[in-house]
Amino acid sequence: MTQNTDTAAALGAPLRVEDLRVSFPGARGGELTALAGLGFELAQGQALGLVGESGSGKSAAALALLGLHRGTAARVDGRVLVRPRAAGAEVVDVNTADERALRSVRGRELAMIFQEPLTSLDPYRRVGDQIAAVRRMHFGESRKEAAQRAAEALEKVGIDAAGKYRAFPHEFSGGMRQRALIAMALVLEPRVLVADEPTTALDVTVQAQILDLLTELRRETGMSLILISHDLAVVGGTVDEVIVLKSGEQVERGPVRKVLTEPQHTYTQALLAAIPRLDAQLPEPKPADDAKPPLMRVRGLEVTFPAKRGAALTRAVAGVDLELREGESLGIVGESGSGKTTLGRSLVRLQQPTAGTIEFDGRPLGSWRGRELRRHRRDLQLIFQDPASSLNPRRGIGDSIAEPLRVQGEKDDARLEASVCGMLERVGLDPKLYHRYPHQLSGGQRQRAAIARALILRPRLVVCDEPVSALDVTTQAQVVALLRELRAEFELTLVFIAHDLAVVRQVSDRIAVMNAGRVVEILPAADLADAQDPYTRTLLAAVPELPHV
Amino acid sequence: MTVFLFRRLLSALAVLLALSILVYGLFYLMPGDPAELACGKRCDVSELAQVRHAMGLDRSIVAQFWTFISSLFVGHSYDTGVGTTWCSAPCLGFSFQSNEPVTQMLLDRLPVDLSLALGSAVLWLALGIGFGLFAALRPNGLRDRMTTLVAMTFSATPLFVLALLLLIVFCVWWQVLPFPTYVPLTQDPGQWFENLLLPWLAIALVTAGNYLRLTRAGVLESLGQDHIRTLRAYGYSERRVVLRHAVRGALPTLATMAAVDIGGVLAGAVFTESMFGLPGLGKLMVDSANNVDLPVVTGITLLAAFLIIAANAVADVLYAVLDPRVRLA
Repeated sequence: MTQNTDTAAALGAPLRVEDLRVSFPGARGGELTALAGLGFELAQGQALGLVGESGSGKSAAALALLGLHRGTAARVDGRVLVRPRAAGAEVVDVNTADERALRSVRGRELAMIFQEPLTSLDPYRRVGDQIAAVRRMHFGESRKEAAQRAAEALEKVGIDAAGKYRAFPHEFSGGMRQRALIAMALVLEPRVLVADEPTTALDVTVQAQILDLLTELRRETGMSLILISHDLAVVGGTVDEVIVLKSGEQVERGPVRKVLTEPQHTYTQALLAAIPRLDAQLPEPKPADDAKPPLMRVRGLEVTFPAKRGAALTRAVAGVDLELREGESLGIVGESGSGKTTLGRSLVRLQQPTAGTIEFDGRPLGSWRGRELRRHRRDLQLIFQDPASSLNPRRGIGDSIAEPLRVQGEKDDARLEASVCGMLERVGLDPKLYHRYPHQLSGGQRQRAAIARALILRPRLVVCDEPVSALDVTTQAQVVALLRELRAEFELTLVFIAHDLAVVRQVSDRIAVMNAGRVVEILPAADLADAQDPYTRTLLAAVPELPHV
Repeated sequence: MTVFLFRRLLSALAVLLALSILVYGLFYLMPGDPAELACGKRCDVSELAQVRHAMGLDRSIVAQFWTFISSLFVGHSYDTGVGTTWCSAPCLGFSFQSNEPVTQMLLDRLPVDLSLALGSAVLWLALGIGFGLFAALRPNGLRDRMTTLVAMTFSATPLFVLALLLLIVFCVWWQVLPFPTYVPLTQDPGQWFENLLLPWLAIALVTAGNYLRLTRAGVLESLGQDHIRTLRAYGYSERRVVLRHAVRGALPTLATMAAVDIGGVLAGAVFTESMFGLPGLGKLMVDSANNVDLPVVTGITLLAAFLIIAANAVADVLYAVLDPRVRLA
C-alpha cells in the first residue's frame, strides 16, 4: 500500500476506503472471509449503493466503516480514511485510530442508520432525549440547546416534535422509528450517512417515504450517502453509483443507470432477472369453473382485539366478504396493520372471528370441535413468514415435518420417514438433510422445509403468510417458482399474503387489496397495474421501479 | 398504570385470603387440642371446657374462621372467665406461653428484621452490582473470573458457617467489633450500626453473588443488542455504554429480585438471628414452634406471607416503573 501513504494527506473527499477486508475466525482455526478487498472514494454529496444478497459482505463493510468490528473476533485490514470537516484536521484512519479519534468520527463525520429500526433505539429512554444526548456529547451544548436541536431534527424528518419528543420508542411505528434514527444522524450534521438496509423492515409506502426523505436531505444538507441494500430496485432510484458485491468480492461497479440497464457481470444479470416485476407477462389463469360451489365462503368477517390504554379496541378485520374457488390462488396485499395476517389466520381457524362466518366446503368452520376439528386441520395449513422461528430449533427438520402426521395418528416410523423423505425431495431438498437442525440450513432451505411440513398432510387450502419476505431475491424467485409448481401438482387452493405487490402478482389469479381491516378491491392479477382504487394506486406508486431493459 | 396497580392489589388480596385460610388450618392440622395447649398441663375438665369456650373452639369452623378474620380488622374481645380482655385490631390472639398479645410481640420484633433487611440490602446491592459491572467490563478476563469465583464461593457457603467465621475473625481475633446484640436505632444510632454490621455482612455476602451474576449477565446481554450498537456508532465511550446504558437493561430484573429478597429477610432471617443472637421474627418463630405456641406461629406465618406478597407487589410495580414497555399492559 505504499502508493497510498501520500494520498492520505491529499484526501479531499470526506471518505475513502482502500482494500477493506473483513474476516471472521471459522471452524478449526480457519478463516471466513466476509469482505475481500473493497475500495472506493466518496465525494461530497455523492450517493453510493452497495448491493448484494446475504453473505455478500455488505453489512460487514458497513460496520467496518465506523470501526464497529472492534472488540469482536473479526479481523479488519485495509484503510478507511475519513477527512474531518474541521480545517486543518488530520485524516483519521478508522482502522488504526485510537479510541478518542474514532469516537469523534463516529456519528459526527459518519453517521449510521440500521436495518432494525424497531430495536435500534434505547427502549428505556424518550426518543427526543436520545437525540439530544447524542448532540450534547459531540457539541458540548447545554441541555436546553441540545433539546432544541433535537426537536428541529425531528421536525426535519417529519415527526411532530411538540407531540412526540417525549414518546418512548415502543410508541412509534417502524417507519417513525427509522425517521427518529435519521433525526439522530441529522442532529450531528454528518458529512456521510451510512444507511444499512434502512427500509427492509418497512412497508412499501413507508419505504418510499424514507427513500424520498434521504434524497431530500442529501440535497438539502449536501451530505454524502452510502445506501446498503439487497434490493437493486431500492438502490436504483436513490444513488448515483453502485457496487455489486458477491461473497465478499466486488463483481460490478458503475453508474447506477448503466449497471441496471446494461449489467456486465452474470451475477448482476441474475440478480436483476430475479426481481419480480409488476409488468412481467403472467401465464393465462385457469378458467374458473363457476358451476362448482366455492371452496371457502367468508361473510362479514370481523376480528377485534381488546383495547390498549385509552385507545379504542382494535378492529384488525372489519367486515370482509370473500369467496375462494377450488384450485385458485388468491393474493392478499396491504401494509402492516391492514389486517391481512389476522384474516389469513382466521381462514385456517387459528384466530377466532368476533363476528361473521367462514364456510369451508359448505360447512361453517367454527362448528368443529375436538376430534372433528383435528381431522379437518388436515385440510387447512399455514406457512409462516419466518421459518427460522416457526420450525422447532431443537428438532431435526425431518421430525418437524413428520409431526403433523403423528398428530393425525400415524405411528409407523418407517412409513413416516418414507413420506417425509418423499416430501423433502418434492420441495427440492436432499433427504439427507432429514436430521439437520433449522440453524444448519440456509433461509431458502428452511422455507422449503416449512412448505414440506404444510404439505405433508395433503391439505386443500394453504395460507402462505409472507412466505418469501425474509429471503434474498434469487432465493425468493426459487421459492415462488416452487410454490407455483406445487400448487398445480397438489391441486392446492392458495392464499398468498405479502406486502410485495410484484411477488403476489406472480403467484395469484386474483388479488385482494386490504386497508384498515377491509378489502378495498379484488381484481384479476393481470389487471393490477390498471387498478382504479386510490389506495391500490398509492401502493403501486410506492413500488421502487427498475428501468426497462 | 392505575388499572395495573388496582389489578395487582386485588390479586394480592386474594392470595392473602387463601393463605390465611391455609394458616388457620394449622390449628386443626397440628396434633393435640389447642385448648389443652393453651390451658397448660395442670388443667382439669371444667377449666378445659371454659378455655375451649373462651377460645371459641366449641363453635363451627366457619364461625371460628370468621372471628379470626374479623378480629384482624376490628379486634375481638376474649371472655377469660374472670372478665373480658379486649384484643384490638389487628388482633392475632394471645400467646399460650406469655399471654402477651401476639400483635404486640410481632411489632416488638419487626424493627430488628427491618434493620437487618434494609442494611444488608444496601450492602448486597452495592457489592453485587458493583462487582457485576466490574466483571462485565472485561468479560472472561482475569478479573471477571476472579470476582465470579469469589462471589460463587460466598454464595455456596452456608450462612451459619459464614456467620461463625465473621464472628471469629472480627470479634475474637481482631476484636474490632462487639459480639452483636440488638440496640434500637432510636436508642443509639452508632451502637445500632456497629452491632448490626456483622449480620449485614453475613447476609450480604451470601446474597450478593446472585446480584453479581444477574448484573453481569444483564449487562452482557444488553451489550449485544441493537440499541447499544447505535450508541457505539454514535461515538459513546465503552465506559459510558456499559455503566449508563447497558446496566439499564439489567435494572428491572435486579429491582424485582431485590424486592423479593428484602421481603424474605423482613419476614424472618432465622439463621442470621440465631447465629448473632438477635431478637427478631425468625428467632421468635423457632421458639414458638418449639413450644407449640400456635397463636404466635400463626401470627408470624401470616405476617411473613403478608410481607412477601407485599414485596412481590412492589416488585411488579417497580418493573413497570423501570420498563416503559410494561406500562401499557
